[in-house]
Amino acid sequence: MALILTDEQQMLAEAADGLLGEEGVGALRRLRDDRDPDGLSRDLWRTFGEMGLAGVMIDEAHGGSGLGAVEAGVIAEALGKHLTPSPFLGSSVLGAGLIVDLGSAEQKDRWLPGVAEGEAILALALEEGGRHAPHRIAARAERDGNGFRLNGSKAFVLDGHVADALIVAARTSGKVGDREGVSLFLVDPGTAGVAIERTAMVDAHNAARIMLDDVRVDADALLGELDGAGPALDRVLDLGRGCAAASLVGAGAQAFDLTLDYLRTRTQFGRAIGEFQALQHRAAHLFTELEIARAAVLGALQTLDRPGVAPAQAARAVAVAKAKAGQVAELAVQEAVQMHGGVGMTDEFDVGLYMKRVRVLNETLGDVGHHQEALATADGW
Amino acid sequence: MSELEDFRAEVRAWLADNCPAEVRGPMAGEDDRIWGGRNATFKTPAHRLWLERMGARGWTAPEWPTEYGGGGLSRDQAKVLASELRRIEAQPPLFSFGVWMLGPALLKFGTEAQKQTFLPPIARGEIRWCQGYSEPGAGSDLAGLQTRAVDQGDHWIVNGQKVWTSYADQADWIFCLVRTDPEAPKHLGISFVLFDMATPGVSTKPITLISGKSPFCETFFDDVRVDKANLVGALNRGWDVAKYLLAHERTMIGAIGEGDVGRPLGQIAADAIGRDASGRLDQPMLRARIAEMEIDAEAFRLAMERTGDLAKAGRAHPALSSMLKYYGSELNKCRHELAMAAGGADALEWEGERSRNGQAARDWLRTKANSIEGGTSEIQLNIIAKHLLRLPGA
Repeated sequence: MALILTDEQQMLAEAADGLLGEEGVGALRRLRDDRDPDGLSRDLWRTFGEMGLAGVMIDEAHGGSGLGAVEAGVIAEALGKHLTPSPFLGSSVLGAGLIVDLGSAEQKDRWLPGVAEGEAILALALEEGGRHAPHRIAARAERDGNGFRLNGSKAFVLDGHVADALIVAARTSGKVGDREGVSLFLVDPGTAGVAIERTAMVDAHNAARIMLDDVRVDADALLGELDGAGPALDRVLDLGRGCAAASLVGAGAQAFDLTLDYLRTRTQFGRAIGEFQALQHRAAHLFTELEIARAAVLGALQTLDRPGVAPAQAARAVAVAKAKAGQVAELAVQEAVQMHGGVGMTDEFDVGLYMKRVRVLNETLGDVGHHQEALATADGW
Repeated sequence: MSELEDFRAEVRAWLADNCPAEVRGPMAGEDDRIWGGRNATFKTPAHRLWLERMGARGWTAPEWPTEYGGGGLSRDQAKVLASELRRIEAQPPLFSFGVWMLGPALLKFGTEAQKQTFLPPIARGEIRWCQGYSEPGAGSDLAGLQTRAVDQGDHWIVNGQKVWTSYADQADWIFCLVRTDPEAPKHLGISFVLFDMATPGVSTKPITLISGKSPFCETFFDDVRVDKANLVGALNRGWDVAKYLLAHERTMIGAIGEGDVGRPLGQIAADAIGRDASGRLDQPMLRARIAEMEIDAEAFRLAMERTGDLAKAGRAHPALSSMLKYYGSELNKCRHELAMAAGGADALEWEGERSRNGQAARDWLRTKANSIEGGTSEIQLNIIAKHLLRLPGA
């Protein structure tokens, strides 16, 4: 398969870019400056539903488009490019991905059509510390009659404060750090004992801390097998990492494009600053890095879509993509601010918003170091 | 898709029968390379057989048309062939400037007679080529070259000097840039010609490099007669051919960034330095640097593939080769710095059997030319700034 987008994927990319580009970064600014209680646009989410974007990876029987990781990545890239807050990663990729993989017929019917329509919002409550550690789960679920009782605390839950359902990862056996013994539960955020604190983040996107204090759920809240969430969680996290990497490329490339415009138009010493070789070489280096990162991300997304691909192979490709995209996007936003000079430090110019978003995306689902470590470990050294 | 899978099965079966055991696995050193040519040397008879078999199928030049000795494969088929070769760790059947550089230029600019004459022997590895580009006064400013070709009716008489001519002392023929119009602006007075290195008046002198080896030569032309039938492209428009060929050269040099088949550097380092209780390379800082490099390398391999796919789809800007050349050559330098760090004092030995005559150190030093040959990294960045970014004044 060629490492380029197909015509259909290109059309999808243009559709997503066209939709989000209408308001561009203005959408983020408005939500931030109005202190919008949702921190995202529900109208836009419904439009995502109408255009088949919200249910991109949900099967057609449940109202989705039945497409793959490459298509999800294309949408994620557009979200990164325009810095648009959206439930897409948390709901369409992570949340729906887990329900598609593990859900009972009832659970699928209950949640997937709603996500596909852009009505329902899901949030994955996984992380507990300040750094991505998908197996370091201390939150516990204990048998309680014919149901379960959940206790623990979760952090960095994307869209946690606006979710219609939380997917809580809790330990049902074993000890913290074990790959086995984790189960997933669909929890109504209104359940007694659930306390949700919206956390205002540096990038004005959504996250929350969630406390679970003797939260009682019925047996049918269990998503998938008891103790057996590990493999599906790994798979869906890789999907999410691939999409976060695509958003990083989208954000980094857009910060670079803004910078190129500035290099062409800003004059000092009587000429465009883009005429100075010191800046030309840095721009050319950054262009190269972005193209390399773009190839790594598309390679990973195609690998995720390959039928019968070994999970370890997909995980390795994703580690490469997330690490490379993170490293390059970080370089892109730093160069963007520096080459803009003083105005790059102002809130009025957009490049600072890209710097903030890239920092958050880098921390989402594992930073550069996390994935470098993953690669070295996977390769046996 | 299933046609491709059929093709994969066919390739796999053929390779099982035809790829000798001696040419599988990592190459021990440069001596394993098969360059072909009139005076070809082969490490073992199996190496000769491997070239002959692959050449006969045209798989030394998989995507060239069959009528010119190529394999006639589609891009997807060529990818399948490459992946099957990688799977069995087959060594390349032929290292060839003819395949990598001259062939593509002849396919685009050559006359039918030139294609018929020159391409099949290139694909079979019968004629080894060298490249007459750089001169003592024309390095980064290549178009400033001074080697003169004076019109003598049906032929030219060429006088001048080239430098950094890779393997000129072992090559059979040369593709060479000569000045045919000294009055014209520098880019518009250059022609691209081919001639036999055995022609009277051609002489070569190897240059000893910091590696102690001599892959490059000075090449002298003293009243060398060149037949006008061997002009490629239009008279005085050799720069067009040269640039087209340079794009292929840059991709070729960049490809060095993909790294060799064989044990990953992290494994080699762990074997040399040791492992901690969890099996990790017991030198965390080096481990982190190797991990970063390996991620860059994997991403770079994908970028090579993607650029090739874009080119096949007619959507690649020629200057993307500068991007690959810049990144791949810098990456390869980084890889060898890390290999030296991993090797420690053992990697510093310069002579003797144990170090295979100082191979690690010599290879490391050789890579320093990667970001100079075929256009320096700085020239590549200039090209990217001008042709891809269209920055003012670039």
